[in-house]
Amino acid sequence: MAHEMTATPKAKEPTRMFGMFAEFETPGAILEAAKKVREAGYKWWDCNVPFPVHGLDKAMGVRPTILPLLVFGGGLTGTLLAIALQVFTNSTNLSFWALVPVHGYPFLVSGKPFISGPAFVPVAFELTVLLASLTSFGAMMLLNGLPRHYHPVLKSPKMARATDDRFYLVIEARDPKYSPTKTAEFLKTLRPLQVSEMEA
Amino acid sequence: MISGTYDNTIETPDHRQPLVLGHETLGSATATICRVNESPRPPMAWTVAFIISALGATMFVTLIGYLIATGVGVWGNMHPVMWGFPIVNFVFWVGIGHAGTLISAILFLFRQKWRTAINRFAEAMTIFAVICAGSFPGIHIGRVWAAYWLFPIPNQMEMWPQFRSPLLWDVFAVGTYFTVSLVFWYMGMVPDIATLRDRSNTKMKAMLYGIFSLGWRGSMRHWHRYERAYLLLAALATPLVLSVHSVVSFDFAVSQLPGWHTTIFPPYFVAGAIFGGFAMVQTLAVPARSIWGLQDFITMRHLENMNKIILLTGSLVGFAYGMEFFIAWYSGSKLELFTFINRATGQYAWAYWIMIFCNVVSPQVFWFKKMRTNLVVMFIVAMLVNCGMWFERFVIVITSLAQDFLPSSWGYFKPSWVDVCMLIGSFGLFMTLFLLFIRFLPVIAISEVKSVMPAADPHHGHGHGHGGHGMEHSHEAHASAVMSGSSSHGA
Repeated sequence: MAHEMTATPKAKEPTRMFGMFAEFETPGAILEAAKKVREAGYKWWDCNVPFPVHGLDKAMGVRPTILPLLVFGGGLTGTLLAIALQVFTNSTNLSFWALVPVHGYPFLVSGKPFISGPAFVPVAFELTVLLASLTSFGAMMLLNGLPRHYHPVLKSPKMARATDDRFYLVIEARDPKYSPTKTAEFLKTLRPLQVSEMEA
Repeated sequence: MISGTYDNTIETPDHRQPLVLGHETLGSATATICRVNESPRPPMAWTVAFIISALGATMFVTLIGYLIATGVGVWGNMHPVMWGFPIVNFVFWVGIGHAGTLISAILFLFRQKWRTAINRFAEAMTIFAVICAGSFPGIHIGRVWAAYWLFPIPNQMEMWPQFRSPLLWDVFAVGTYFTVSLVFWYMGMVPDIATLRDRSNTKMKAMLYGIFSLGWRGSMRHWHRYERAYLLLAALATPLVLSVHSVVSFDFAVSQLPGWHTTIFPPYFVAGAIFGGFAMVQTLAVPARSIWGLQDFITMRHLENMNKIILLTGSLVGFAYGMEFFIAWYSGSKLELFTFINRATGQYAWAYWIMIFCNVVSPQVFWFKKMRTNLVVMFIVAMLVNCGMWFERFVIVITSLAQDFLPSSWGYFKPSWVDVCMLIGSFGLFMTLFLLFIRFLPVIAISEVKSVMPAADPHHGHGHGHGGHGMEHSHEAHASAVMSGSSSHGA
């Protein structure tokens, strides 16, 4: 059952509920609402919006992501891998076993040195960009927990406009401050279009 | 509401011209763009174009089969011109592929917001152009079944590629470019595929768009990382765009052949690639915006901006043509000087002057605003530039090879019917992929276009224009959001 994975044992309300959402019409409205929710001390909450609303992540207190560091690591791996690959294959006669026997072969081409620094730059550059880019996409998906094809937000038909023109603020039931009545009252003070509970 | 007939090409120093016309609400923008995919039947023009393109693509694939079964002798490649059409076509298509990532990456870093209406388009064009480009060297190697020799794969012959060769750099550059462009394109499309998923009316569509949207649900916490990843990809793709055609130019510049062995090649190739790429974007965008009613998004201002880039890069290319001549004379190398004079006056003079007319002369009409904003003129110029850029590669590849150091080996290159049909067929493949893209995937970056509309600005109030309570209300919210972002929390 999906709720067993999402709801903590501490939650007092009916276990099948994921939480509660408030729907807003404009980016300005959700920006202000997000600020109030954060001030009220909620921890497990999110905004589902059709495009990144300017300043909303800061208003929500989203911490800076470690993504750039991972991308740097990916790029560095690419550079080192490319240098190792080129030096090993074209400049040395080392051998090792990697599923099949692999032997380096020192090419002597037009009198160039075995380790031809400048000639190895383009491939090193390309592999750096390649691995950094793939890390950028892969790490973004991984940190976001995607792909995830089931989620209560996707299940709720009332929230279908989250990818169109409406802005939703979702407070999850696992939040220690969550209460079906008090949270609903609180959300209504933010002047949303509607407030509704969501099934898990 | 700004009417769809509003002229947004007028420069107004006191405020920015709107990038989306005729739409006030975010919802109507979604609906108009999604209509391209959601209309039950595609427009007649699409069907006709698709049938013709699919026939072209079929011809291309059939001819590849014929080539592999028979041998590369079916081409006109003959001593001394061993590179012939396949390499001309390769460089041409790779060049076309440059506008997409230029628009998505470089214009993104320069905060040119007008890119949002055309970037998806141009990125798709990039992917398909690189597919066309990649197929030519792939078959030009002759023994297609040995194509894996291009990659450093441990094999039974204990044989490695030669990493000091520009031809191998090319494999890595084009391969990386294709992969990164694909990732960039797909990642930008994920939120828009989610939009199509949430609007889909059949189970099949919901499932397919559902799978490819990867469960995107517009979470702001996700958007935060997404925006950072997109910025990083743009920052990585910017030097990549510049590197790819530089590396392609090394295929020529690193050799010793007069006409190829020049240091101006990398910047000159990159300028030419951007020039040709924008012309192809224009060729596709001008008809597509009329057929699918996207004039409110791809506005005249967008087209005019692209025409300005075509004028700029066309003039850069013209400067490079002149500089090549100057250096050929200034170097004191008799062979260089002969090659260039021969290009302009020799047996291929016709190709040289077609190139000069199409690439240097024809874009000069864009100095006049009336011409820049005339759909017919810009379409004709774009077609001329497409043609001219193909001839530029023809001039570079063929003339230098046909008359090299040894007069006794001079020759005249004649393409065979297979050469010509493969060139036409590659356009068929390109257009088939592009038309399928228009039909089934979001043609305009929906979420990005929404983010440049006034309604997306938290300053904008509650969708009722300026002034009044709503305005002040959200101003306050925005100001405090900015405050909490910066370290000064005292206010």
